[in-house]
Amino acid sequence: MPETAAQTTVRELTFGEAIREALAEEMRRDARVCVIGEDVAEAGTPFKVLSGLVEEFGKERVIDTPISEPGFTGIGVGAAMTGLRPVVDIMFGDFLTLVMDQMVNQAAKIHYMSGGTWKVPMVFRATMGATRRSAAQHSQSLHAWPSHIPGLKVVLPSTPYDAKGLLKTAIRDDNPVVFFEDKMMYRLKGPVPSEEYAIPFGVADIKRAGTDITLVATSSMVQVASGAAKLLEEIGISAEIVDPRTMWPLDEKTLIESAKKTSRAIVIDEGYHRYGVTAEIASVIAEGAFYNLDGPVKRIGAMHVPIPFSPPLEDATVPSEKQVFEAARQLCGKS
Amino acid sequence: MTTATQRPEVNAALTKEQLLRMYRRMYSIRQFEEHANDLYLRALMPGLTHLYEGEEAVAVGICEALRPDDYITSTHRGHGHCLAKGAAPNRMFAELLGKEAGYCRGKGGSMHIADPATGNLGANAIVGGSAGIATGAAFSAKKLGNGRICVCFFGEGALGQGVLYEVMNMAQLWKLPVIYACENNMYNEYTHYSETTSGDILSRPAAFGLPAESVDGQDVRAVHGAASRFVEHARAGAGPAFLLCNTYRYRGHHVGDINREYYRAKQEEQRWSSERDPINILGDWLVQQTLADSAQLERIQTEVKAEMNAAMEFAIAAPYPTVDEAEQDVYA
Ligand SMILES: Cc1ncc(C[n+]2csc(CCOP(=O)(O)OP(=O)(O)O)c2C)c(N)n1
Ligand SMILES: [Mg+2]
Repeated sequence: MPETAAQTTVRELTFGEAIREALAEEMRRDARVCVIGEDVAEAGTPFKVLSGLVEEFGKERVIDTPISEPGFTGIGVGAAMTGLRPVVDIMFGDFLTLVMDQMVNQAAKIHYMSGGTWKVPMVFRATMGATRRSAAQHSQSLHAWPSHIPGLKVVLPSTPYDAKGLLKTAIRDDNPVVFFEDKMMYRLKGPVPSEEYAIPFGVADIKRAGTDITLVATSSMVQVASGAAKLLEEIGISAEIVDPRTMWPLDEKTLIESAKKTSRAIVIDEGYHRYGVTAEIASVIAEGAFYNLDGPVKRIGAMHVPIPFSPPLEDATVPSEKQVFEAARQLCGKS
Repeated sequence: MTTATQRPEVNAALTKEQLLRMYRRMYSIRQFEEHANDLYLRALMPGLTHLYEGEEAVAVGICEALRPDDYITSTHRGHGHCLAKGAAPNRMFAELLGKEAGYCRGKGGSMHIADPATGNLGANAIVGGSAGIATGAAFSAKKLGNGRICVCFFGEGALGQGVLYEVMNMAQLWKLPVIYACENNMYNEYTHYSETTSGDILSRPAAFGLPAESVDGQDVRAVHGAASRFVEHARAGAGPAFLLCNTYRYRGHHVGDINREYYRAKQEEQRWSSERDPINILGDWLVQQTLADSAQLERIQTEVKAEMNAAMEFAIAAPYPTVDEAEQDVYA
């Protein structure tokens, strides 16, 4: 944990509670912030992340919509341009495919196309993550898509502390920000200070210090990397875990420095391996730390298949502790 | 144009055999769903599932009006559609449990059951996601001249999806043999449809020139009657139609949706299940008309229960696919 957290009053909050608290605080601070999406009000979303917000802020600011993702996202874009700061709720990240035009052709480009005259200060909150047994249309991790688009910022928090601090920054940012929450982490607990804080974008966090190998991990893959790091410790390999926290802006410096120090790196992400964010991060490390590396930069991502429903199959498609452990062991030349 | 107020007087005549088959089918769906819920409660089913209890007359009434080679597309609440179109319960249960014997080799699960043999183009977990597919199937049926039609089942929540209006427009322009069957069970997840749906539902398809009719979705004979007229219309090359079926889901949005008081009253649920139950409505009518007696109906119930039990046990005992199955069938 960062020092600031240790010095203040720290409570244990779940990932979901941390997100709700960030939203509530920002809505209190700034009357322009509103939440819009399906079943966000009384239901508080199917994941109950927003429970209580409508009671405090009313239906004027916590707005239930029809099942019309492109429509309400487009309304979010227009409202953001003209004085509000909407937080649009994309219940399942899979539905980002439905809002691509609004997000990619509209929100992402408006500031640039207008010569810097119009701004689109909005947040897309979307879920990601498999192993919930929700099958192929409700389990994808599509954060590589917006990461590819100039004009969008992309956030993947891995802890309750990061979720709260990064969401506050997202809401205050004058650009469209896509904020990905792993739905399997909503009940994950972690320390969150009660005092005000925000985490800047583009600053990676070293979740675990180590000397032999760098494990770059995003979102829930930080937990997978942590499990692997413990196993590696048992065979005498000291792993450093670096969480970039934002896909864009990307803290290239911290990634490169860690890899230079350890001389080995594996990038782990729950999105698809092929053409995934792991490829971008690995190339940043390969270019920046080339002369200090003892081996190729490895990547571990989801198997290149639609997410299957059947539990043994689904589990096999996402990166596991064992997979990371094996890859790290081989890279370190340990038998 | 047919509208709700100008309903053709005659229902397609139903034989006793058809009526009893519809009774059995509705009861099969009810029992299938009870067993699915049971599997969930016993923690034998991975994930969640959306039950069709209360809405049986819609799927059964419509599918009874179809030919075996006609197409359907289904939704996240799709078990009823699959069964009504003739799917085998044992392979459906196997799919719900992620077993290799399932319709999708365990890879689809409850929300993606598909079966070419019964014309089932697939259930869809994207609300409105099958509107295009259904219209495309009608498009090919017309181009290939095979006389088939397609029924697109969707919940009233899908009325929020723009793609529905795009395809209705094209279906009417090109006179495609597709029936848009809107199951209005009054809730989009946890929100009453009146909060998400402006204006009059039937006016929407009517604006594109589609014949549009509203029917009591708890009365399987009424559903069948309306569906038969639209099937005839579509098969004759006269184009698409829109059937609004007013119905109710008895249980939660999904099996885990237990505390529902914050969005709908218990009394409302009780009223529907005690006064508007589609199986009782048909059963009572059959007895009244002396087309069946209660012993006969009970016999059907006993047979169906045994069949569903066996199907469920088959699925429980069936093996999971081996892990290499995960990489099969990504490409054709
Ligand atoms: C495009 C899309 N948006 C949101 C969802 C999440 N979702 C699943 S079911 C549902 C409600 C659907 O309501 P309705 O169409 O009336 O069908 P019902 O569940 O009542 O049968 C929602 C919002 C989804 N699956 N797809
Ligand atoms: Mg509904």
